[in-house]
Amino acid sequence: MTALVQVKNVSQLFGSMCALDHVSLDIAPESYTVLLGPSGSGKTTLLSILGGFLAPSEGQVLIKGEDCTSMPPAKRPTTTVFQDYALFPHMTVGNNVGFGLRMRGLARPERDRRARGVLALVGLAEAFDKKPHQLSGGQRQRVALARALVVEPSVLLLDEPLGALDLKLRRQMQDELKAIQKRVGTAFVHVTHDQEEAMALADHCVVMNNGRIEDEGPAERVYSRPGSRFSATFMGESTIFPGRVTPSREIETPFGNWRLNTDATAGTDVALALRPEHVAIGDRPLALGRAKVGDVVFQGSFKRVTAAPERAAQIDLLARLPADAVVRSGDVVEFACDPRHVLVLTR
Amino acid sequence: MRGGMRAITIVYAVLVYGFIFLPVVTLVLFSFQATSFPIPPFSGPSLRWYQTVLADQRLTSALGNSLLVAVISSALATFLGFLAAWGFARFVLPASALLRGLITLPLTVSYLIIGMGLLVLFNRIGMPKSLTAAGIGHVVINLPLCFAILYSQMGEHQANIERAARDLGAREWQVLALVTAPMLWPALFASFFLSMTFSWDEFVISFLLTRFDTTLPVEIWNLLRSGLNPKTNAVGALVFLISIVFVLLFEIALFRKSKS
Repeated sequence: MTALVQVKNVSQLFGSMCALDHVSLDIAPESYTVLLGPSGSGKTTLLSILGGFLAPSEGQVLIKGEDCTSMPPAKRPTTTVFQDYALFPHMTVGNNVGFGLRMRGLARPERDRRARGVLALVGLAEAFDKKPHQLSGGQRQRVALARALVVEPSVLLLDEPLGALDLKLRRQMQDELKAIQKRVGTAFVHVTHDQEEAMALADHCVVMNNGRIEDEGPAERVYSRPGSRFSATFMGESTIFPGRVTPSREIETPFGNWRLNTDATAGTDVALALRPEHVAIGDRPLALGRAKVGDVVFQGSFKRVTAAPERAAQIDLLARLPADAVVRSGDVVEFACDPRHVLVLTR
Repeated sequence: MRGGMRAITIVYAVLVYGFIFLPVVTLVLFSFQATSFPIPPFSGPSLRWYQTVLADQRLTSALGNSLLVAVISSALATFLGFLAAWGFARFVLPASALLRGLITLPLTVSYLIIGMGLLVLFNRIGMPKSLTAAGIGHVVINLPLCFAILYSQMGEHQANIERAARDLGAREWQVLALVTAPMLWPALFASFFLSMTFSWDEFVISFLLTRFDTTLPVEIWNLLRSGLNPKTNAVGALVFLISIVFVLLFEIALFRKSKS
């Protein structure tokens, strides 16, 4: 399968600030790609370059094999759903959605027919004659989506599309986005800083930090086997502690020498990451020793616990314990984990 | 004590408003005078002088000229102000702040200086005194105003909406005509009607730059040279009435904007 979009070694400088640092990325047809990262990580810059709103300082962007690096947005087979929706306030929803078709010279009856079709797809068939200011935030979001989809782009770009919605609506829209993407088959590229959103949506998850791609791959893989310390802490939480590979291929940790699966060579410094759900009280092969419990936060289906291990008090041990676990702040408890759950990170 | 303060406040307000409006009220009142002099005692009401005004071909054609100059010069000033505001709001220009200052500078220059400057210029290039020349003068004085109003209304949110239009395939002129201008309708109307108001009763520039066909304020001045009579009051009342209409239209345009 050849890539629909190829980003080749793209850099973007704003003055002396490097927003993107030699980024390369392939986007497969019909895939849902999520660019995940904190603000300032370069994810929105990359999206602007894909949409043609920015010409990169260096590098190339190919869409369907064609060099689009400095092609203006109007000519590209991409459309963008803007974070603030950017609907035309003076036009009805129908005319908003039909705008792209009007620019392509379609007559009104055909425009309206197709606009109605796409509005039905996003579940807003009844809003055709309304003005944007009569709609709720979630509905405007759908109009923006319909307006971008109706021109049948090869790639749909979404810039933090759910950022302005409340949590419940966000989770609901996120399921719908995924369903719509599967239905129309267009490749979606979605920018977000919300890792739960990323995990729920992404076929291909791209974790960005400081203008570079830290890690990319299927969301499950990025979560269960993160490629770097950054993605282990940004995509879900982790307890991170240092380790060093000994000549006997064990890893020396603050909790003792562990035999773990790694190809790191002897003498290398590594970071070890442990997901909170893999930290347990009691009987597991790798003892983390006694630790003094700090905060205990009851979160419904589990308890989020922080603890300071006696062997390494500077480490903040994070654990996700069953909701019925009997722990209180100030207790001293034996924690342990399983070797297959310890992630060895070399960068 | 409180009652006393209140009485003083009321008296003060009456004096202030009296000072502002008494001349206008007197002017309008004596335009309905039945006899030949606009001085007390009031002998009306009579529409005699309005009939004289409307029968005076020079005055009615001057009124037509004034409206024509006002409409065309205001439309032009609004259009040019819109393009200038858009340019400054959407593009990074070298010395942008300086250029913005220069474009609004005519607001601070007296109409007399602008009128004389244009007179010298038109003389030099061989352009005769005419309504067109006066119209150009009105564009010069109103363009900065239109620019200032429209520039203040162009925000970053609208820039994103324009970006969306471009993304959907709109050419630059289509972005301006189908998206930018319609979003700014209230400000465009406000600029237009405010320009109309200023052009409508502008005297100095029209006086300097017109000769045979002239505008209503200049014609009224001609009339005043032959002495006071209620006819000047009547034509003045008409000018005032039309000014009020322009100001009302301007206010309505602004009000509609603040509602949406």
